[in-house]
Amino acid sequence: MPKFDSLGTGIPGVSPEELSGWLIVIEGTDGVGRSTQINRLRAHLERLGYAVAETGLSRSDLASKGIRRAKQGNTLGSNAFNLFYATDFADRLEHQIIPALRSGFVMLTDRYVYSLIARAIVRGADPDWIKQVYSFSLKPDAVLYLRLEVPELAQRALATGGFDYWESGMDLPMGEDIYDSFMNYQSRVIEELDKLAREYGFQTIDASRDIDSNAEDLARRVEAVLAASGRDPVLNPFER
Amino acid sequence: MNEAGTYGSQSQSYPGRLFIVEGIDGSGKSTQLTLLAQWLRSEGFPVVFSEWNSSPIVKKTTSRGKKGRVLTPLTFSLIHATDFSDRVEREIIPSLKAGAIVLADRYVYTAFARDVVRGVPPRWVRSLYRFAVMPTQAFYFRVPLEVALRRILSARPKLKHYEAGMDLALAGDLSESYKLFQSRILDEYERLVPEYGLTVMDATKPVETQQRALRRHIKSHLSEMRRGRYAEV
Repeated sequence: MPKFDSLGTGIPGVSPEELSGWLIVIEGTDGVGRSTQINRLRAHLERLGYAVAETGLSRSDLASKGIRRAKQGNTLGSNAFNLFYATDFADRLEHQIIPALRSGFVMLTDRYVYSLIARAIVRGADPDWIKQVYSFSLKPDAVLYLRLEVPELAQRALATGGFDYWESGMDLPMGEDIYDSFMNYQSRVIEELDKLAREYGFQTIDASRDIDSNAEDLARRVEAVLAASGRDPVLNPFER
Repeated sequence: MNEAGTYGSQSQSYPGRLFIVEGIDGSGKSTQLTLLAQWLRSEGFPVVFSEWNSSPIVKKTTSRGKKGRVLTPLTFSLIHATDFSDRVEREIIPSLKAGAIVLADRYVYTAFARDVVRGVPPRWVRSLYRFAVMPTQAFYFRVPLEVALRRILSARPKLKHYEAGMDLALAGDLSESYKLFQSRILDEYERLVPEYGLTVMDATKPVETQQRALRRHIKSHLSEMRRGRYAEV
């Protein structure tokens, strides 16, 4: 039985049947604590004996430099940006995610196509079009959506070095100053992520609790996904 | 109009005109477009040239991917769409709004032909380019494969990896691979002619004969265009 069915058209030269690993996506806006949770989750899964790999947005060998350059000058068309991100994602899908899944790894992904679709829609892209663009992507085994309300996101942004230009939608912009723009932009992103959560069946997690509770919650959910595959974790010989 | 959600399903209208040329390497399309631009400028029309794969920011990433040979059919397709999208937004549409005559050497049909030969689904690539403006008229320079190959290969070019379609592993030898790749692209172009109503130009005719025919076509679209004040300095 194929482990993945693609969201749509698939990838030239890749058959989903050969992918034996797990694709676990952590979604959520900036400041919800994704990277902290991914570190905890990775340690937990490795303790259980699973091989774990990680990737995240704009980390591709091919396009990450170009994206950084384009961001600095703000000299790329808005739709071209959407497609540049799609290129970056495709490169990581083919050169990081798929090889890891072929080797039976648990691939932890710090945001996935959903964040990219949301940011594109907020910037005026047609929802049907951008979803069609990403229709080559693999369907994850689970999408864990860490969710926080905007006022709390703003507090966290303040505590961790202030408002980021792009995460505040200042390229648009959506308000008189960076604070207003941040509030409006993040509200719109969350609105779109909520829609995608319903459409693609995310597991939505209230991220306002403390780090330990969130980590425990995520670990339990991921263990359930792995257990459903029928492959047992490596048992710890010191227990039992 | 074309299938919903794909290229050509939406229509926009601008004061300018967009003419594009397509064809395999060696079809002589670039020569024809250059001659056309000379004529239009001498007639006082504002002319803007747009070339495939020329967006300053994106081009660097593309050549990086080509040099390292890390492009797959999927990323090859997406990076060219990124480049094209940037040119549409920042070059083609503003020029058309300003009433210019935009001349494009290769357009979406190049992607439809090449990417599909590389195994990308036809429906997907047509939807990817949905944002592209429909040309006023699109010209396809039809040439038999042997003629085009003779024109290109007799100049003993240094064929590049992707240019020769080496990523498809059709043949071990560059020029052998190039021939097979071009012949497949030619087949795809022939499919695109009826699908998008491309105007077929006989690219085996003398250059002047082709140019005369091309100018006749273009002239029929220019009766209401502004001119005179834009003559080249």
